[in-house]
Amino acid sequence: MSIIAEYGQWFIIMVCVFGFLMAWGVGANDVANAMGTSVGSRALTVKQAILIAMIFEFAGAYLAGGAVTDTIRKGIIDPVLFGSSPELLVYGMMSALLAAGIWLVIASIMGWPVSTTHSIVGAIVGFAAVGVGVDYVNWSKVTSIVSSWVVSPVLAGVISFLIFRSVHRLILDRSDPFTAAKRWVPMYMFFVGLLMSMVTLLKGLKHVGISVSFVEAFLISCLIGVVVMSLGAAMLTRIKLDPEENKDFRFTSVERVFAVLMVFTACSMAFAHGSNDVANAVGPLAAVYNIVASGGLVASKSAMPSWILILGGGGIVIGLATYGYKVMGTIGRKITELTPSRGFAAELGAAATVVIASGTGLPISTTHTLVGAVLGVGLARGISALNLRVIGTIIASWIITLPAGAMLAIGFFFMFKGMFS
Amino acid sequence: MAADSPLMALFGRSPVKPMQEHIQIAHQCVTKLLEFYDAAVDKDYEAAEEVRQSIIDLENKADVLKRDIRAHLPNSLFMPVPRSDLLELLTMQDRLANAAKDISGVMLGREMVIPKKIRKSMRKYLISSIDTSERALTALRELDELFETGFGSKEVKLISGLILKLDKAEHKADEYEIKVRRQLRVVEQDYPPIDIMFVYKVIELIGNMANYAQRVGSRMQILLAR
Repeated sequence: MSIIAEYGQWFIIMVCVFGFLMAWGVGANDVANAMGTSVGSRALTVKQAILIAMIFEFAGAYLAGGAVTDTIRKGIIDPVLFGSSPELLVYGMMSALLAAGIWLVIASIMGWPVSTTHSIVGAIVGFAAVGVGVDYVNWSKVTSIVSSWVVSPVLAGVISFLIFRSVHRLILDRSDPFTAAKRWVPMYMFFVGLLMSMVTLLKGLKHVGISVSFVEAFLISCLIGVVVMSLGAAMLTRIKLDPEENKDFRFTSVERVFAVLMVFTACSMAFAHGSNDVANAVGPLAAVYNIVASGGLVASKSAMPSWILILGGGGIVIGLATYGYKVMGTIGRKITELTPSRGFAAELGAAATVVIASGTGLPISTTHTLVGAVLGVGLARGISALNLRVIGTIIASWIITLPAGAMLAIGFFFMFKGMFS
Repeated sequence: MAADSPLMALFGRSPVKPMQEHIQIAHQCVTKLLEFYDAAVDKDYEAAEEVRQSIIDLENKADVLKRDIRAHLPNSLFMPVPRSDLLELLTMQDRLANAAKDISGVMLGREMVIPKKIRKSMRKYLISSIDTSERALTALRELDELFETGFGSKEVKLISGLILKLDKAEHKADEYEIKVRRQLRVVEQDYPPIDIMFVYKVIELIGNMANYAQRVGSRMQILLAR
């Protein structure tokens, strides 16, 4: 108890710095993956992608990031169990942040593809199981999180597969694909608007103090969907059929229609990413803040102040602005084989999956979900060449990241424990 | 300090554009033959040699491209079509360029004289063989549209129609071949037998060229039929 009272301010400052750095890292590296598909398919320039990402990452983090943050904060380990020694939870959450952050820096320098989500979950489980006791970990929650890492890419793949098949049916395999595209693309825009607003209304607005019933949420979302659709339709009127550009490749104009759609799916992707990944940075921060603010009482019912989500969202935006644009350019240049008609299907499938996971409070990897979505489009015969070796790389990154995050967190945990007591 | 994103590793290089580029070059080799033939018939073997050199250059270019495509199609690649079918299509495309090189090689090496009486129909025969190659090129030009539509039924039908035309063109080349052989048989006694042997050889090679073009079409048909 006295430790919290004595060093409380310091803990908050430290964890805010760690949390901010983590959010910076998410913004610098992860966002580029979420937006790279749009840049690669030339639907957006890097500048436009940055602008969209800034707005929608922040909106996603603030409006829909609460549930996953709660999972990181009090789902994997139950704070109530730390009733008699809350300082252990403070040390643990600080070391988890530091471990995940440092592991990400090491992995980035080495060029290993690792996931922020996996490092933070591994780190939290690690410090709790080894540093405090195996019983302190909510293993059933951990199991559901880990299985969601397998389910999410598969689900995204299935959704993207179905979306691309529908595009094939409704637009590409028509005698006049351009007219068909103009007719059907607004429908996809409607779904983008519907999906994003549904999750925000049902799961996100609680901490803002607004709660709506399912039917209300559905009706409002439909309305927002219609607004999004009309906005999209207005943008589409500017796209004209140009016989000159279709001489060599008859689908150039059609792809330009899909490029407009991709602006919308890019927004949803940024929103989804913000809603899920902000938790990696601010979940531990929220946990520490609660303990210190309540003077050492660990109450699991305590609400999360919204400035924490704002800090995380802000960190992501700054990471994006200072470093993320470079990564985005690199990724965009590498994935030029993805055309807008494919890219949108992959993004929509991935965004839908991530948003659903955010609503359920499951921390998943956006990048891996996107890989699953792209493979889904590939299975629908949509992409001319995909390298399947990447699946092995992803599984390997899980196997390496979890113990690495855990070991580092255990080390830092004992270090903090020694420093303060 | 950017990590290598799995997304970057996920996308292989699409073989579609390079395949189209390859047959474009192969067909250029084939079209040069007409210029070569006209020079050879005029006994202007200096001009013919120049044309032959440009054919060799183009054939080399096609070879480089072929090797490059193969190098970028590793076994781990997941494609909407079987990798082996695509590679066989590439081999057939490459044979078109090789055929053009062979024909010009034989004619130049012996500084051949084509008997006056068959010159006209020989030229027609050559044009018809080149036309077959052109039709193969037209079919291959649809390859990007085929992938774009995700093997749409409309596109498959369109390409099937193009392949049918290609088959007809090959058939026409066959008919010309029979005609030229018949005409040559009438006059063959008037020329040294060895020379005539090689004229027959060239007739055969021109027929082969049309055959390869047709086989490009049938390989493409295999890609469609799934």
